[in-house]
Amino acid sequence: MELDNIEKLLEKYFEATATVAEEEILREYFAKEDVPLHLKEYAPMFQYFSMAKDEKFTKKVPLKPRKRSYIKWISVAAVSVLIFGIYFGRSYQEQREAEYAYQETKKALSLLASNLGKGTEKVAYLREFEETKQKIYNKN
Amino acid sequence: MQQTEFLNVVLPFKDKLYRLAKRLLVSKEEAEDATQEILLKLWSKNSMMEGYSNVEAYAMMMTKNFCLDRLKSKQAGNLKLVHSNYKDENVSLQNQLEVSDSLSWIERIMEELPEQQKMVIQLRDVEQYEFEEIAELLDMSATAVRVTLSRARKTVREKLVQKHNYGIG
Repeated sequence: MELDNIEKLLEKYFEATATVAEEEILREYFAKEDVPLHLKEYAPMFQYFSMAKDEKFTKKVPLKPRKRSYIKWISVAAVSVLIFGIYFGRSYQEQREAEYAYQETKKALSLLASNLGKGTEKVAYLREFEETKQKIYNKN
Repeated sequence: MQQTEFLNVVLPFKDKLYRLAKRLLVSKEEAEDATQEILLKLWSKNSMMEGYSNVEAYAMMMTKNFCLDRLKSKQAGNLKLVHSNYKDENVSLQNQLEVSDSLSWIERIMEELPEQQKMVIQLRDVEQYEFEEIAELLDMSATAVRVTLSRARKTVREKLVQKHNYGIG
């Protein structure tokens, strides 16, 4: 690579108008030993960039195997089914109890009603007796 | 996505993440921790990752944000980043001693650059990203990237020339 060109590229480089390819030419040029004296001061810069690119990340990253997410959702679903089950189960039970209580009350009430009927029958006898008694009194 | 598959996706750019983190955080340990954190984050939402067309850009952006947050919280806590890796272990040959010395000098110059310039010069000169990619990553216009890069390169050159003239090396 002729010197002229390199000097032009350097100028472009410092104005940041060189392309990536042109910068690559500079890096390659300054990686070599035989750089003219007046350009030598730029050499470390380009060598540094090439060197900096060789640095590697060597640390191990502990990647935990991820839990499958659907297990989480299944448990959520199971819990909600359980809660709803308990809720509806209870209300069903209550309804049955209420029905039973209603039937019992009805039975008790009808028992009471029939006994009340018996009572009025007896009262009817009593009236008969009363009427006869009145008749007897009136005769006297 | 399974573990091996994930590693295959991540493998081509995990070093880039690390180098960007190291450029910003300077300390090797901090940078390793940051990279690890980013990779774990990626792994934890890797079902989403398949939706991203450019995982690398996404990961780079995550790294950038993570490191900047890190630096901010360090600053707020009035803590200085401690690092012990000024010496570069890569070049150990005797005849390269002088070279390696000026290389570590450049590393120090780079450390003094503002964060924005650090990132731009890292992405361009080390990773060879196009201006458009850098602009998108850093949320800047392409022109602003150009200006920042030019400024950063000139600063490095200036300091390097200064050092040469003083003949410290």
